[in-house]
Amino acid sequence: MKHLLIAGGFAAFLATGAAAGTLDSVKQKGFLACGSNTGLAGFGLPDDKGVWAGLDVDFCRGVAAAIFDDPTKVKFIPLTAKDRFTALQSGEVDVLARNGTWTQSREAELGLNFGAINYFDGQGFMTRKKNNISSALELNGASVCVQQGTTTELNLADFFRTNNMKYEGIAFATADEALKAYDTGRCDAFTTDVSQLYSERLKLVNPEDTIVLPEVISKEPLAPAVRQGDSQWFNVIRWTHFAMLNAEELGVTKANVDEMTKSQAPDVRRLLGVEGDFGKGLGLSKDWAYRIVKHVGNYGEVFDRTVGENSKLQIKRGLNNLWSKGGLQYAPPVR
Amino acid sequence: MEQKTTLAYLRTQPSPVLPPPVFAGGALQWVRANMLAGPGSALFTLAGLLFVVWVTPGLVRYLFIDAVWSSPDGAACRAPGAGACWSFIARKLDFFLYASYPREMVWRVNLCMAVGAVLAVWLLWPGAARKGLGALLFFVIYPVACLLALHGSDALGLPTAPTDLWGGIFLSLIVATVGIVMSLPGGVLLALGRRSRLPIVRFFATVFIEFVRGVPFITVLFMANTMLPLFVPASWSPDRLLRPLIGVSLFASAYMAEIVRAGLQAVPKGQTEGAQALGLGYWRMMGLIILPQALTVVIPGIVGIFIGLFKDTTLVAVVGISDFLRTVETARLDPAWAGPTISTTGYIFAAAFYWIFCFGMSRYSLMMERRLSAGRKR
Repeated sequence: MKHLLIAGGFAAFLATGAAAGTLDSVKQKGFLACGSNTGLAGFGLPDDKGVWAGLDVDFCRGVAAAIFDDPTKVKFIPLTAKDRFTALQSGEVDVLARNGTWTQSREAELGLNFGAINYFDGQGFMTRKKNNISSALELNGASVCVQQGTTTELNLADFFRTNNMKYEGIAFATADEALKAYDTGRCDAFTTDVSQLYSERLKLVNPEDTIVLPEVISKEPLAPAVRQGDSQWFNVIRWTHFAMLNAEELGVTKANVDEMTKSQAPDVRRLLGVEGDFGKGLGLSKDWAYRIVKHVGNYGEVFDRTVGENSKLQIKRGLNNLWSKGGLQYAPPVR
Repeated sequence: MEQKTTLAYLRTQPSPVLPPPVFAGGALQWVRANMLAGPGSALFTLAGLLFVVWVTPGLVRYLFIDAVWSSPDGAACRAPGAGACWSFIARKLDFFLYASYPREMVWRVNLCMAVGAVLAVWLLWPGAARKGLGALLFFVIYPVACLLALHGSDALGLPTAPTDLWGGIFLSLIVATVGIVMSLPGGVLLALGRRSRLPIVRFFATVFIEFVRGVPFITVLFMANTMLPLFVPASWSPDRLLRPLIGVSLFASAYMAEIVRAGLQAVPKGQTEGAQALGLGYWRMMGLIILPQALTVVIPGIVGIFIGLFKDTTLVAVVGISDFLRTVETARLDPAWAGPTISTTGYIFAAAFYWIFCFGMSRYSLMMERRLSAGRKR
């Protein structure tokens, strides 16, 4: 941690001078350097052909589409949890879309800015169907498999203490071991972030016999991060997400985006650059949002394709639904 | 005195040839000598046999009988009682080989690997003709041509495949080959430098060797990949793949230097004096007299370094380079294949891959050792 802080301070010092105009430097080198996960199903993982796919990956493709009108102009640089922030600070990557949790200390001390939350995650539980449990509040007295030394372990303790329930925590060095123990029946429940519960569940011998409980016991807002001190680039990053959200809200999809440019609705016309020039302030072209939707799709499409209904993970929208549909995803208007 | 003509003990016919005693040779004798030489040995043999009997059926069942050989996705591998999921390996083989390298360009990788294999066999085959030409091709022309082909160049009309797309087995082989090829000459030079009579040369060689040997490899990789870009402008920082390649070369050279130095010390002083008496200069003396003897002595050590280096190539994964092991770890996360046996299958495959290469190197070195030390064996 201390090293990170030192590096952070140093990077912040460097960043103010060297990184002025990330957008210009990205345009100049001709590609976006996107810090990605070394592999997380649904968020960033190369497929059989080695092509990266996932929610975070599509976010980076969206940024590239907005800048270059070409979603393939991205270099994905896989980063481990240890070196991800240093890589961003040092300018090795332009944006870090790597299921990073937005926390106060990361923003205040590491010299980072988190753009917009592209996935609301939180810790959850899964348990066997035959236990007849429909809520985490019924887990009193249960044994819970958990990965050692993570905030997950602490959240677990907090949750049970707050609710005056007893539990037996069985901690393992790796998530794989913890899952295996759950699978062999050593514990009644398994806990980790909900996004990962769904992919871990698939590794079980009988995934159908296990359900993910609805409670989310911690806040893990996952957001792409950029270096502090470059507001223009920061705006590009978060408006990429907002454009995808607005597109979903307005019903603009990858398939109908060309048709929608003929729409008379002023919101749609402004978003797609038919009316006004809202890209200018971002340093982008007039049709920046059109490009994002055309090449990558709106947020709902991306969600369904990578982690939602049309993917193997089958994660429900939940908190990640639009604000108008009971979720938390809310974007300021383009005007 | 007259000799009796009919002595009772005189045989006129040779006696029939008897079969050798049961325990004097053959399999039974070998068993007795090697496995049942005493009570302790017999006990170990028994324990070993029990272990084999205990492990083999399960292993065979898991690896072959219960294994899933073909299935379109992970469903069949998730079935209860299913063994190793070989269809996963088959399906992901391309990914293991090339990682993200554009599929329409993989012919370049295949071509490079094939040419490399041919050249390597040429150089390693004892008694092959025109090794000088082979060495020139392998050490000078091949690396340049191959890197150019793999990377592509607009001038040649080959579309580029930037190094961030490289990965998989071919990348592991590149890292290992670069390390192995660079370390031997580097190590020899450093060892000679450390034994040099010129104080400055000796000082720098010693400092380099001791410094590199004193720092963990991962630290150097990490420094090169995350700290270096902090200190130099973005346009100066070398390619992300080049950094670990340089790191691997420097590391292997430093370790090799100490092995070579051990070999140099094993060569009797008389050899040096004899060479000098013949009027040979330093480089010819080293090249013709000392080094051939020194290197022969330390072949096991050199191969030990090569094997270690080959396995250490997996460390480049910590700096985000997708080597073979990393591709296995990535592939096992694929939700389409998720299942309880996937990780095990992937790691078995990886282990087999590394074992085959390392065992091959080890066997080859044993053979070379026998050939080269023929003059010294009694």
